[in-house]
Amino acid sequence: MDEGKKSTPLVEMRGITKRFSGVTANSDVNFSVEAGEVHALLGEHGAGKSTLMNVLYGLYAPDGGRIFVAGRPVTFRSPRDAIAAGIGMVHQNFMLVQTLTVWENMILGLKGTPFVLPGKKIQNRIAGISEQYGLEIDPRAAVWQLSTGERQRVAILQMLYRNARVLILDEPTAVLTHQEAGRLFRTIRRMTEEGHGVVFISHKMNEVMNETRRVTVLRGGKNAGAAMTAETTGEALAEMMMGRKVPLDLYRKPMRAGPAVFEADDLRALNDRGLDAVGGLSFHLRQNEILGVAGIAGNGQRELCEALVGLRALTGGTVRMGGANLTNASPRRFVDRGVRYIPGDRRGVGMAPGMDISSNAILRRYWSKPVASGAFIDWKRSEKLSRQIIRDFNVSAPSPRTPVRNLSGGNLQKFLMGRELSDSPKVVIVMHPTWGLDVAATRYVREQLLAQREAGAAILLISEDLDELLALSDRLAVLYRGRFMGILAEPEGVPPEKIGLMMAGTWISEALKDSAPENGSAKEAAS
Amino acid sequence: MKLRAEKRIDSPAWMTVVVTLASVCLAFVAGGVFLYLQGVSPLTAYRMILRSAFGSVYDLSETAVRALPLATVSLAVMLCFTMLIWNIGAEGQAFIGALTAAAVVRYFPMEDRLAMLSLMALAAAVAGGFWAGVAGVLKAKWNVSEIISTLMLNYIAIRLLEHFVYGPWRDPSSLGFPMTRPFIPQARLPQLWGTRIHMGLYGLLILSAFMWLALKKTRWGYEIRIMGSNARAAHYAGMNYARSVVLVMFLSGAIAGIAGMCEVSGLQGRLQAGFSAQYGYTAIIVAWLSHLNPPLSLLVAFLIGALLVGGEALQIGMGLPLASVQILQGLILFFVLGGEFFYNYRVRLDFGRPGFGGER
Repeated sequence: MDEGKKSTPLVEMRGITKRFSGVTANSDVNFSVEAGEVHALLGEHGAGKSTLMNVLYGLYAPDGGRIFVAGRPVTFRSPRDAIAAGIGMVHQNFMLVQTLTVWENMILGLKGTPFVLPGKKIQNRIAGISEQYGLEIDPRAAVWQLSTGERQRVAILQMLYRNARVLILDEPTAVLTHQEAGRLFRTIRRMTEEGHGVVFISHKMNEVMNETRRVTVLRGGKNAGAAMTAETTGEALAEMMMGRKVPLDLYRKPMRAGPAVFEADDLRALNDRGLDAVGGLSFHLRQNEILGVAGIAGNGQRELCEALVGLRALTGGTVRMGGANLTNASPRRFVDRGVRYIPGDRRGVGMAPGMDISSNAILRRYWSKPVASGAFIDWKRSEKLSRQIIRDFNVSAPSPRTPVRNLSGGNLQKFLMGRELSDSPKVVIVMHPTWGLDVAATRYVREQLLAQREAGAAILLISEDLDELLALSDRLAVLYRGRFMGILAEPEGVPPEKIGLMMAGTWISEALKDSAPENGSAKEAAS
Repeated sequence: MKLRAEKRIDSPAWMTVVVTLASVCLAFVAGGVFLYLQGVSPLTAYRMILRSAFGSVYDLSETAVRALPLATVSLAVMLCFTMLIWNIGAEGQAFIGALTAAAVVRYFPMEDRLAMLSLMALAAAVAGGFWAGVAGVLKAKWNVSEIISTLMLNYIAIRLLEHFVYGPWRDPSSLGFPMTRPFIPQARLPQLWGTRIHMGLYGLLILSAFMWLALKKTRWGYEIRIMGSNARAAHYAGMNYARSVVLVMFLSGAIAGIAGMCEVSGLQGRLQAGFSAQYGYTAIIVAWLSHLNPPLSLLVAFLIGALLVGGEALQIGMGLPLASVQILQGLILFFVLGGEFFYNYRVRLDFGRPGFGGER
């Protein structure tokens, strides 16, 4: 098939145009993938990346333009045609059948499978591919038993099993931990060594800069620029994406932390299945300070947040604010005391998506004045409040009557932040604030958090993005199985590998053995 | 080629009108074909339906008589549906309300009409509310599906009522019909304007206005709507879901119970088996067709009432069997409810090629 001729790309898209009932999603877009390269596709939300890739994967028929595979023009009527031509796509929510095993998922929808499935043969082939690309997986495991990272491996395997030469990875690292992402990149390198081409869609600039050979940027459905990765910079790419200059670095003003306003002592809580999720955490939040919490997903982050704002019952320990004991207080008492919570699951927890902006703007203050007036709700006032949030937090929404589900991810998060932050909060608990947001929205959200810090709020920031934590946090705690492995007093100076060690369950004293002893207060964590 | 349904991002107001009109027209066309196959002229039949439901003041009043319990019970279930609780048991709750009201008349007859009626209404409300509240508690405490529990409670309620009207409470002079003795005059809701419309109409109008106000304007109504939209967001806002489930179920059952009491006290003047003509189920359709809007449900209930009256006229006037009439009514409801789908979704014909994708 491929003789490694550099001149003929594996896949080439020329002049692709795609319209949806009047809206042009792609206009005359060119894109190609060569053998052995990782080609990054960058763009803000709505720039047309997904449309372009869905055209390449045969989900959409283009209204104009052509696709060439190894130099020959092709027409894809369905993803089946695309796969037959060697193009595979790994979606963000991997399209696997949960109840089937890994090997059964491999042959889903494949033609020419014998009536009695040759399980052994298939498993052997999977084992071969697994070894070749470093995609270890147990072929007999059921998909529902697998972690997110493992599922992604299955989805990639599935494409390789079908002899895909070109793999489209749609934001593959958004769902992965730091370690898993590193593992994915090793697999990607193996694939390119074997002559595969990889399309890499991501919002994380450092991944693009480190892991790709070429970059193509889309903006407003058109080609906005292309470059060899080695010859460009993150700033230049961000400018191409947004059409204006955007500084990537944040400025975190040096500040002295104020007094502690929120204290948790020996906090314990269970998860939804009744197992220990938070196992004795002690810490305090101080004014003008961001305490970051690093950790791999599922180590008790959500339970910790909920326990801190009255949404999850404590099985032990105390929460205090100033003189007041808020242990197992109702969520409303926390709100009334100035504690704000920005949950990680914005649509699922933070909003009632079917209702309008006005109704959502008062979700956490409808019981108190001025929104409440007696038994009634002052809808005039809540509409005014929503207008104010829309204006102050740059939410792009037609009116307070717009249903929240019509807001884009970035706008939804801005609105959520606006709702929780617009009345000078004392304490802010925030989880995954930039998850799934594009560059501009991410930057905006981070700036807002820093502004709150400067205004005197005490902030607890929980994130899986170590770069984000290091950029924003004054102190950094590392969470592992519901316990702090330690709290770093000056996280900037600590090499990321050491933080990684702690995320994998090494105590701070062990991890920092040859670092400066004053960095870290292990006593706060050990209890 | 594929048919695809996409959720509409926003449904413009005119869509409601267009979709409703179109589906009603289609319904009558389909019903016409059916009538034609029965050897009946569709036009004559439809004229008869219209005339019998709206033809005279008397006809209108008879339509309203059917609409009254429908509208009241639809308000009851609407309250639950707003919170996304599926109370399928309004029928049973109405039966229990009627049964309790009859018990009060039998065992605590009073001289004073107002006192008598008040006690009947109170008893019916508490009993109906209790009947639904049981399902509410089961749901709140152990997450028992309220669909199943309310449905099952219906059968118990119906059999319970039958036990009394066939057994201990049967009127000896009824020639064996399953019914109680007529209520004393003090236990009869007064009828209005010389028609069979009873005083419950005033209660209904007040209740629908009150419910609209409560759902749209009060903190309590806001909580109900948020819980119906996203229960996890409600928890995040510190709302108490379990308590609200029980309360809403109780109120819903109470309204249904009063509807049952009004039917026996205002219309039939005695308790008899099968008094409700399945109003408890039809009311679910009314609630749904009126988009959970209390005032609108009055109008929808009136139109469905017309369908019921028209159906009776077809049986008498054209000799159509009951089954045929029910098929016709079913067809009409099927089309109107089916039209709802187009209100919320748009259907695209996808030929997998550009240029053919069309919007309906």
